[in-house]
Amino acid sequence: MSARAGTPLIEAQGLSKRFVKAPDLAERATALLGSAAARAEVVRAVDGVSFAVAKGEVVGLVGESGCGKSTLGRLVAGLIEPSEGRVLFKGRDRAQLVGAEAKAARLAVQMIFQDPYSSLNPRMRVSAIVGEAPLVHGLVPRAEHAAYLADILTRVGLDPAYARRFPHQFSGGQRSRIGIARALAVRPEFLVCDEAIAALDVSIQAQIVNLFLDLREAYDLTYLFISHDLGVVQHISDRILIMYLGRIVETAPTAELFAAPNHPYTRALLAEVPRISLEKRSFRPIEGEIPSPLDPPPGCHFHPRCPFAMARCRSEAPALVSIAPGRASACHLNGG
Amino acid sequence: MTAPAAAAEPLARPATLEVADLRTHFFTKAGVVKAVDGVSFAVAAGEVLGLVGESGCGKSVTGYSILGLVDPPGRIVSGSICFAGRDLVGAPEEELRRLRGSRIAMIFQDPMMTLNPVLRVDTQMVEAILAHRSIGRRAARELAREALAQVGIPAPERRLRAYPHELSGGMRQRVAIAIAFINAPDLVIADEPTTALDVTIQAQILHLAQELCRKTGTAMIWISHDLAVVSSLADRVAVMYAGTIVEQGRAGDVVGAPLHPYTRGLLGSVPSAVARGVRLAQIPGMTPSLLDLPPGCRFRARCPRAGEDCGVEPTVSSPRPGREVRCWRPHLEAAA
Repeated sequence: MSARAGTPLIEAQGLSKRFVKAPDLAERATALLGSAAARAEVVRAVDGVSFAVAKGEVVGLVGESGCGKSTLGRLVAGLIEPSEGRVLFKGRDRAQLVGAEAKAARLAVQMIFQDPYSSLNPRMRVSAIVGEAPLVHGLVPRAEHAAYLADILTRVGLDPAYARRFPHQFSGGQRSRIGIARALAVRPEFLVCDEAIAALDVSIQAQIVNLFLDLREAYDLTYLFISHDLGVVQHISDRILIMYLGRIVETAPTAELFAAPNHPYTRALLAEVPRISLEKRSFRPIEGEIPSPLDPPPGCHFHPRCPFAMARCRSEAPALVSIAPGRASACHLNGG
Repeated sequence: MTAPAAAAEPLARPATLEVADLRTHFFTKAGVVKAVDGVSFAVAAGEVLGLVGESGCGKSVTGYSILGLVDPPGRIVSGSICFAGRDLVGAPEEELRRLRGSRIAMIFQDPMMTLNPVLRVDTQMVEAILAHRSIGRRAARELAREALAQVGIPAPERRLRAYPHELSGGMRQRVAIAIAFINAPDLVIADEPTTALDVTIQAQILHLAQELCRKTGTAMIWISHDLAVVSSLADRVAVMYAGTIVEQGRAGDVVGAPLHPYTRGLLGSVPSAVARGVRLAQIPGMTPSLLDLPPGCRFRARCPRAGEDCGVEPTVSSPRPGREVRCWRPHLEAAA
């Protein structure tokens, strides 16, 4: 895919996740009575995705709701197991690691969640939310624990005096900071940020984006930054992955992607991003909506909405192939 | 505060709506929340006014006040809302009821606030028409079908028989917009109608709103937290902060050369391509509680330009033609 030096920090190989809904009693009963046979409904949330993230890189993962970007984030963070494929951590299959190595690999990848309200336990004090994990995992001796906690809270811009408070006593922006502190407390190398700033007001968003930039410097962090907001992703990422209905359709360095998007979906997405403009503009939207992942269209998933769709697009799914150094796109228009 | 009744810029067309020094306060147990505190603006026929601000700045309450939808403990304590030559403040409920849905309509962020989940789309649309017009049921249903076709819903005859849960989020918002426009209103108030939608669907809805206003000459107030959306959609923009409009003027002027430090801060908070990876110009601190506003300028504590004189509440001035700003120290040097 992209030119990179050495072993990537995280590499996904052919990652798929299927969610299966077995027919319930009523559906099986109607099947017995002779209507259409009940069959399990399968959602291919993530469908054969491969990518690599180098140490120190910020990779943006962009897509609309239901495209599978959160599921992919959870797979990478190790919160759910893939149906197929594997995740390599520093070149080694994470599923094969055992004992202390497995634990270290898990701690090294942490996740920051979208909703700063539901992702914090309302009955725990900030000191426990942030401080419990490093203590349990033996990262800090008990004697130094208070100082460690104060340091982490200060780093994310919270007053250590707030450690005794509960989440409901904080504003949305402060809660985001608590979520970030919790992830940082176990000294991770890789952070999966799943729509981490989507729920915040514009001026608070800017504060949190700045915090992410500062922390990257301070802790030498690597991010997978998941968002539907292209503006934010453009600002923070070195490289961008565009996802549509479970598949990656394009990947490119940020500047190149915005300068010359290749895939028709990327082009449409970039054209629709609202930007600060001095003039009123006319919106020329792409037609249609994202199809249901329960019943994705055959061939290229984007073909029903694509202005350039050909006969081949309806039958054959395009592979993600390299179109330039560091760039790949999954579209038949590129030939091959 | 003596604010001018209308925008300083002479409107090209007669104003559909003129709001002057509107104050809507909520009398809670904890004290008086001054959600809207001296707001003045005007909207002309066919014009889109963008009302921008962060959560809790009073932009939605302004919209609800116009429709007479403020419930106790809130009430309009002073000011006037001039619509079609009548002051709506203190107008009898029966008169407001006749205006709502026919002359003034509202589109909400969540279309399920407009749609009744247990009624079919046609039932609700026909009801909305018959509440304000004396025509037959069949004619009303025909109107409903045309309205759905006009908002770009494919197979409108089939959608009429659908229940709201059978439609996607974008489709529901289209139905809500069709209902808002169905009685050819003079004014539509749209409260964050695209915030919950994906980028490509948002563009479709923005396109639709633009088209409808252009075709029907309806005046529109587009309430949003998203400056980027508003700058490309609206003719004029009013920026709200802590219950007051701090700046208003033509959209291009406000965005191109903001006069108020808050507008400037908001624009700086929006990630842009120019400064990738660079810290955003964030606004420090957070919005003050409307229960306990500091004396003087409400933005003083977060303002980089604040000085002694800001201890006195600023009045509205018009330092440039067609512009209004509520600040003692506006950014006059930046605007050419």
